Amino acid sequence: MPKPHTHPSLGVGFRAIIRRDLLSLWRNRSDIANPLVFFLISITLLPLGVDPSHKLLATIAPGMIWIMALLATLLSLDTLFRQDFDDGSLTQFILSPQPLYLTVLAKVIVHWLTTGLPLALIAPVLGVMLSLPVGGYWPLVLSLTIGTAIMSLIGALGAALTVCLRSSALVLTLIIMPLYLPILIIGANTVSSAVAGFSASQGLALLGAALALALLIMPVAAAGALRISSNH
Amino acid sequence: MSWQWFHRLGSPRWFYEKTDRWLKWLAPLSIVLMLVGISWGFGFAPIDSKQGDSYRIIFIHMPAAALALVGYYIMAIAGAVGLIWRMKLPFMVMKSAAPIGAALTVLTLATGSLWGHPTWGTFWEWDARNIFMLVLLFLYAGIVVLAQVYPSRDAADKACAILALVGTINVPIIYKSVDWWYSLHQPASIKLTGSASIHPSMLYPLLLCILAYYCFYSTALILYTRREILLREARTSWVIQLAQTRLARRKANVTGEGL
Amino acid sequence: MSDPLLSLNNLSCERDDRTLLSGIHYTCTAGTLLQIVGFNGAGKTTLLHTLAGLLPITGGEVLWRGKSITRQRQAYCQELLYLGHQAPVKPQLSVRENLLWLSALNTPANDADIAQALVQVNLAGFEDSPSYALSAGQKRRVLLAQLYLSRATLWILDEPFTAIDKAGVAALEAAMARHANSGGVVLFTSHQPLSMAEFTILDLSEYLPPQGAFDA
Repeated sequence: MPKPHTHPSLGVGFRAIIRRDLLSLWRNRSDIANPLVFFLISITLLPLGVDPSHKLLATIAPGMIWIMALLATLLSLDTLFRQDFDDGSLTQFILSPQPLYLTVLAKVIVHWLTTGLPLALIAPVLGVMLSLPVGGYWPLVLSLTIGTAIMSLIGALGAALTVCLRSSALVLTLIIMPLYLPILIIGANTVSSAVAGFSASQGLALLGAALALALLIMPVAAAGALRISSNH
Repeated sequence: MSWQWFHRLGSPRWFYEKTDRWLKWLAPLSIVLMLVGISWGFGFAPIDSKQGDSYRIIFIHMPAAALALVGYYIMAIAGAVGLIWRMKLPFMVMKSAAPIGAALTVLTLATGSLWGHPTWGTFWEWDARNIFMLVLLFLYAGIVVLAQVYPSRDAADKACAILALVGTINVPIIYKSVDWWYSLHQPASIKLTGSASIHPSMLYPLLLCILAYYCFYSTALILYTRREILLREARTSWVIQLAQTRLARRKANVTGEGL
Repeated sequence: MSDPLLSLNNLSCERDDRTLLSGIHYTCTAGTLLQIVGFNGAGKTTLLHTLAGLLPITGGEVLWRGKSITRQRQAYCQELLYLGHQAPVKPQLSVRENLLWLSALNTPANDADIAQALVQVNLAGFEDSPSYALSAGQKRRVLLAQLYLSRATLWILDEPFTAIDKAGVAALEAAMARHANSGGVVLFTSHQPLSMAEFTILDLSEYLPPQGAFDA
């Protein structure tokens, strides 16, 4: 007579994966710092490569900070599923009765908490370094908070599609770039128009809508891609 | 009953044999339409009041842009059909449509750049249309590259289909956001959907060119798909028989000429 | 005569349009202990992957409790435990933390259960050891601890005897026999000689495809 099995609540596996990823990252703390360091260093290069006058820097600051955040996120995406693919955890995720959508969402949340959110919070420092005018700081932080969440979601799809490839970084960038462009446009313009005196709420609302759309579509697509990648 | 027809549609062999007949009239038709359309546009349409003769490149440029965009949706729909109904043929169509669409996008960008130089004095302008076409090129390139580097062919098909589908949602979003960005930065803009009014004597050759491009695209798509079918079904008996018949025919021709 | 739990009807396994196996017919009732045998490359792992639902089914069907596994993915996964070649053990986590997340994917286990399971695989006291310090054999035993934590009916084990010592092999064989006797189903592959009392064999060489071309 087979032993009776209990059906765990939906949240158990979800929380377990979040806990597992956060713990792993916390014990390898240096990994979290990589995107942040890239962010800071590359912004330092900007005034050295370009005329460091305040006026010029202030004009390009919103766009540059957004671009650097985008690149820093891109750098951190390759490892999103790689370790799980290599050691067989991915197979266990797929074979779990928990929907793969939730597993992907759990991993994306951890990725955002440890990459995107720190970037958004450290952005005002970069704003100061690039002479960003006063009106731009709040919109910068808010737009980057939402924007990096969207980028983590889209990036999950790219990472899922390329996890079985050996040299995946270039393909990952190529796939994700077109999908990131609208977010960059909306986000950078939200900050620029706030600096120019307009309200940032229009841009932030658009970003919020994009986040809702991404939350709906990206984990599903990424789950499908993971099933495909895991066997090959 | 209708499902039987639908599933027969998914047989690569059926497609190959049907298109043997179609190509006999489709290929010459495309060539004829293309020659007529382009010579009409380049030779017989009137000179534009503002741009002189340099506008004529629109007969190559605009249909290419339209087909590049339509081609992306054809590719994505083929991918969706293949994913949902698990058929092989739609994936072959999808894989064939990708390089054709990419080539059309490059053609659009190149001719647009050639158009830009005499007209506005610059080879490249960061306007809404150019950016949109560039992004479309990246979308195509992503699919072409993904199809190449994936280790397994079945996995490559499904992965490209997923990417193409996500891209279709993205295409209108990109268009809207680029349009919005452009409207913020450049007050005077040429709308992506084409100029407001165009004289009939220029419109008709343009429409003919668009039709010619559609026929040409269909021919190219069918040709590429047939090639893909032969590649993938190389070990099946009907392809081996086909190859043997062709080889025998060629040998007969050679010996016949030798006599 | 107990009801059939797992049925393979005319199943074929393909990999990139190459048919590895075709026409497999087999029925596992409750209490089946089945070894899948075949030479290297015959398709043992592909078959196990297909039965687990990792690979799409290209021909025939696999039924679990009478329904196709593609139609009841969640229910099937609830009753399935799969152990493959790889070791999904995160090096930065302790043994207990690893078993916590592994079991949470199906049936969450508590600390007491984990401690007991570790005793069964001869890793008592290793709960808080960091996993990067474990040897290959110890890592495999951590994974085998899942057998004592899981409530799954169907066990699919791909070469579970690798990298464990004689005592471990004996304990594992006993666990597998116990599971089968209590009504579960165990499918496994192994390169090593086994000393278990009763088990049946599915020989894949009977299902290899004939040489030659196929019609599309």
